[in-house]
Amino acid sequence: MPRASEILLSIRDLKVIYLSSRGYVKAVDKVSLDVVRGEVLGIVGESGSGKSTLAHTILRILPPNARIVNGSVLFNGVDIVKLSEKEFRNLRWRKLSMVPQAALNALNPTLKILDHFVETAKYHGLNDKEVILEKASKLLELLRLEPDRVLPSYPHELSGGMKQRVLIALSMLLDPELLILDEPTTALDVLTQRSILDLLKEIKSKLKLTMIFITHDIATIADLADRVAVMYAGKLFEVGDVYTVFKNPANPYTIALMKSIPSLIGKIDDMKPIPGSPPDLVNPPRGCRFHPRCPYAMDICRREEPPLIELKPGHYTACWLHVKR
Amino acid sequence: METPIIETRDLRVYFRVRKSLFGRELYVKAVDGVDIAIGKGEILTLVGESGCGKTTLGKTICGLIKPTSGKLLFEGKDVLSLSKKEYMEYRRSVQIIHQDPYASLNPTKTIFQTLAFPLRRWGIARSYNELVDKVAELLELVGLTPPEEFMNKYPHQLSGGQRQRVSIARAISVNPKLIVADEPITMIDVSLRLGILDLMLELREKLGTAYLFITHDFGAARYFSAKGGGRIAVMYLGKVVEIGPAEEVIHNPLHPYTKILLSVVPVPDPELSRKRKPIKLRSLDIPSPLNPPPGCKFHTRCPYAFSKCEHEDPPLVEVKPNHYVACWLYHKR
Repeated sequence: MPRASEILLSIRDLKVIYLSSRGYVKAVDKVSLDVVRGEVLGIVGESGSGKSTLAHTILRILPPNARIVNGSVLFNGVDIVKLSEKEFRNLRWRKLSMVPQAALNALNPTLKILDHFVETAKYHGLNDKEVILEKASKLLELLRLEPDRVLPSYPHELSGGMKQRVLIALSMLLDPELLILDEPTTALDVLTQRSILDLLKEIKSKLKLTMIFITHDIATIADLADRVAVMYAGKLFEVGDVYTVFKNPANPYTIALMKSIPSLIGKIDDMKPIPGSPPDLVNPPRGCRFHPRCPYAMDICRREEPPLIELKPGHYTACWLHVKR
Repeated sequence: METPIIETRDLRVYFRVRKSLFGRELYVKAVDGVDIAIGKGEILTLVGESGCGKTTLGKTICGLIKPTSGKLLFEGKDVLSLSKKEYMEYRRSVQIIHQDPYASLNPTKTIFQTLAFPLRRWGIARSYNELVDKVAELLELVGLTPPEEFMNKYPHQLSGGQRQRVSIARAISVNPKLIVADEPITMIDVSLRLGILDLMLELREKLGTAYLFITHDFGAARYFSAKGGGRIAVMYLGKVVEIGPAEEVIHNPLHPYTKILLSVVPVPDPELSRKRKPIKLRSLDIPSPLNPPPGCKFHTRCPYAFSKCEHEDPPLVEVKPNHYVACWLYHKR
């Protein structure tokens, strides 16, 4: 276990639901997870796994129909769930910030890039335009962009990769301690994706920034993350350092997920889809949420939820196969 | 040799964009001289980055876009010279599966209505009972069982994977000889993607359909082509720069562009992924397709380019059995 002082973010028993006409969507259910200072934690999961809800909870940008039912999110020891919006505003972007997917039109098409930086800073109480632009230029240079060219441009004048890099620079404007990256390499071309991954690695080693990297692509996690958390249907299924989890995945879901990725390495015959489909989170299956698709499902899996247990130091999984009874 | 279902000869598709200050007409050369052939039951995967022309080529092969020049042959005959009856036969024989299963199905029609339409249109089922039987058979073929449960559903009641299965059922309903599958798994949940590809391969076993599979994902290209014993063609700025047997292209790429792309794709193995040495491009910027560079279109970014590459466009030549590459590095000087 990392020492308490090394833990930057600590999520405990978090439960988030969405109100919908069909009932409550149990998007994140009893998730506990720590983020250690200076690490890159990769969170991987399919759509509906709860990974984005988790990120939005940390930044308190959940949509109005979401409710945090239970649990705490301690950031530097402060429970951000309990803070008022005014109090939290001092943390958002200054301490915790987020890089959205550039493909989702995260930039305002009517604002020049430099205005994005100025407006963001102004919102957080910084009004010295010169200082802000100097800082922005430095960050853009770090991300291999020419400030003189990029700052006066409008978003549509930039390529997808450039926009993604601008968003990374923007997220780092106020020197946050924690950066949450939501699918930053999705919808980018292979070569652009590689340059973004390499830049993130560089930022990590140069600035010792803590990052949460959210993706559905386990290959990018293998490339960038120190530790990986596997989520499925709102639950945490496995956590551990990337080398351990990729070499010796313990949870049947992790194993199945890895086999379901068509990759350049490995034997074609070993690659298989996961049978069935992800569950409806209004009425998730009883017991382990993966049991209807799991080849090893036993009686207990259909009745009771498996606890998250530690297999080896730092390697956790939630699966009845690993619970000694 | 058997006549291929589809063959292209120096096929070009240009899109006119009015842009120049002096009223000069500019063209995006989306497909710029492509020669490919797809035989009966064959699998060809087109892989390339966005903007390389792979989708335009796929749509042109389906008859959805008119070629600017060059030839498109259906069973050996120029598509433009076909009689009306032959042309309809061509359009029936070449079907397409689109990328977005959320947009490609009519939300106001039930699955039965969606699948019944082409069956009626092409006179494959005449009576209502025949239609029901045929739709049920199609749903079973694509793994949507029991079919009665799906027939009266609307697209919004199905998951992305199920919708894509409906799209596949619709494509195979008219007994096509070739299916152009344009990024059919990109919008599907990760764990279900291989299931869709496996289904397509299974249908080939049963029905003998050939596939032109279009993707940006080398892993998916490898899986589909290698499992189906097919080929992979790599496109760059409207041209095929390399084509060969799947595992051959993946494990022994010849063209510098293919080599670079394969060296930068992340692999799901932390040790290997961090050890790999990516080959560096000379420039990250893709040249504008409005004004592609002369000579080899890749020379502005190619780390191995020499003077000849700047002036002359290399032809596709067979370097190893069935493995073709368009690069001057492989020409004996």
